[in-house]
Amino acid sequence: MSAVQTTSPAQDDTRRRSPLAEVLFSLMRSRTFLVGLAIVLFWVACALFGEHFAPYDPLADDIINALAPPSSEHWFGTDQIGRDVFSRVIVGSRDILTVAPLATLLATVAGTALGLLTGYFRGIVDDVVSRILEAFMAIPVVIVALLAIVALGTSKTTVIIVIGLSFAPIIARTVRSAVLAERELDYVAAAQLRHESALHTMFVEILPNVIPPILVETTVRLGYAIFAVATLSFMGFGIQPPSPDWGLSISSNYGMIGGGFWWTVLFDALAIASLVIGVNLVADGVHGALND
Amino acid sequence: MVFLGGQVLPGNVGRAILGPFADQRAVDALNHTLGVDRPLLTQYATWIWNFVRGDMGTSYIFRSPVAPFVIDALGNSMKLAAVAFVLVVPIGILGGVIAALNLNRPLDRIISLGGLSVTVLPEFVTGIILILIFGVWLRWLPISAAWPKNAGFFTQLYYLILPSLPLFLVLFGYIARMARSGMIEALDSDYTRTAVLKGLPWRTVIWRHVLRNALLPTITVIATQTGYLIGGLVVIETLFRYQGIGSLIFTAARGKDFPMLESGILTIGIVYAVATLIADFLYSVLNPRIRLGSDQ
Repeated sequence: MSAVQTTSPAQDDTRRRSPLAEVLFSLMRSRTFLVGLAIVLFWVACALFGEHFAPYDPLADDIINALAPPSSEHWFGTDQIGRDVFSRVIVGSRDILTVAPLATLLATVAGTALGLLTGYFRGIVDDVVSRILEAFMAIPVVIVALLAIVALGTSKTTVIIVIGLSFAPIIARTVRSAVLAERELDYVAAAQLRHESALHTMFVEILPNVIPPILVETTVRLGYAIFAVATLSFMGFGIQPPSPDWGLSISSNYGMIGGGFWWTVLFDALAIASLVIGVNLVADGVHGALND
Repeated sequence: MVFLGGQVLPGNVGRAILGPFADQRAVDALNHTLGVDRPLLTQYATWIWNFVRGDMGTSYIFRSPVAPFVIDALGNSMKLAAVAFVLVVPIGILGGVIAALNLNRPLDRIISLGGLSVTVLPEFVTGIILILIFGVWLRWLPISAAWPKNAGFFTQLYYLILPSLPLFLVLFGYIARMARSGMIEALDSDYTRTAVLKGLPWRTVIWRHVLRNALLPTITVIATQTGYLIGGLVVIETLFRYQGIGSLIFTAARGKDFPMLESGILTIGIVYAVATLIADFLYSVLNPRIRLGSDQ
């Protein structure tokens, strides 16, 4: 090993970097990724420490100053019961940034397991599971969510489960096609010849080699999860009052939009837009870095 | 061909849409992992038979037959969807084609990035921003889709522009992207090179050779987007207070009006199936290689 490390530094630069460092290096040079990361980190910081730097309590009402337009006192104005919109936008990032990543995590774990199973066993297992997954993918998430919420009631857990399970088939499909290519390789045959169990072969041998597509798919799904969580909150099926969640705030304020109270909804809408675009920029960057 | 359609569609769509609903009837609780098995096909058959005969059951809330509500709502939604599609299909394809012809130049970047950005935004977010710009600040367009009674075609159209725009934005990105990649592939192909080398004018090459092949995958995407569109309609119709199938399902779900909910969902299932069938048909008409029956 020491002999290897004495090769010239020029060669080092291109060849000897570990794959992980390689990916990180190209991520750091991707402007899309860095801009996206900055936006996402900003909202994560708001979610974690928001109440410390928000000027007002996001839940404190002040009826006398209700529906005040933006001013130096209330940068983004106040809503219909006088709550400070700026503080609410800052703290409103918390719920969506808890629910959406958890849903994505669930989707990734379930989808990866299903993708490994179908890709590895093929045959009847693949046929049956794949048909069921395809059927799932044909139903819009909003409809699944409506039905699930009718049956199970509204809660953050329901939202996480609904979105997680709706997205799992899509991840499963990606993982499956990666596994199909991977299982033809010699190391899988070697593992089988060693009489390793199927589970061992799938999760210890194959899984590490299909991480890159899973990572890309996960970041893309996170963007869609934020989309879905925000939409469900807006429909009244997600995060519940009195949370200052963005979708929820828009749904309780957009009725007055005709009265010209634009500040009660615009900033929440822009917040969602920036977060979704930020996550998608990150996803784009990760995709680019892993496919180089 | 009808037989083929009958074989394929319940497998892909009917079963999918039926799954949750049939479970719900049986146990009133959704078990997502089950519900797409064979016995349900028979349930599907009885349900669809009643449905075809026009028997959709009775609404719990309105205490009257469901059918008129569903038919009205479907008509309204179709109008909205039609406006969105009529706008987005030509413009989306045009955008994709322009992007591909200007590959990697600034115009391509603008169309691709812009399309991608608006596609990933939730409809209600773009909807709110559009309402603010065109409805509240510029006052060009009405902020609600509920037109006055007995409004003529153009008045209705006028009221539908704003609600259709968020759907337009989401679909635009998908369609433009598909058209773009289809174009790039077709431009790069052997038959295009042959056509160019034959000395055909560039315009003829684009129209006769490139576009025809490039747009095939785009048609499939447009059809699959009907599935998305239904989800989008639920949101948009709620936002604009429009009496369509989406808001019907939404209200039924909130009020636990099961017959209404089931009929609404089955209706969109059928719409989806029909759209898929039409897309398959169009695809085979446009693509000589799979034109059915031509080889006999």
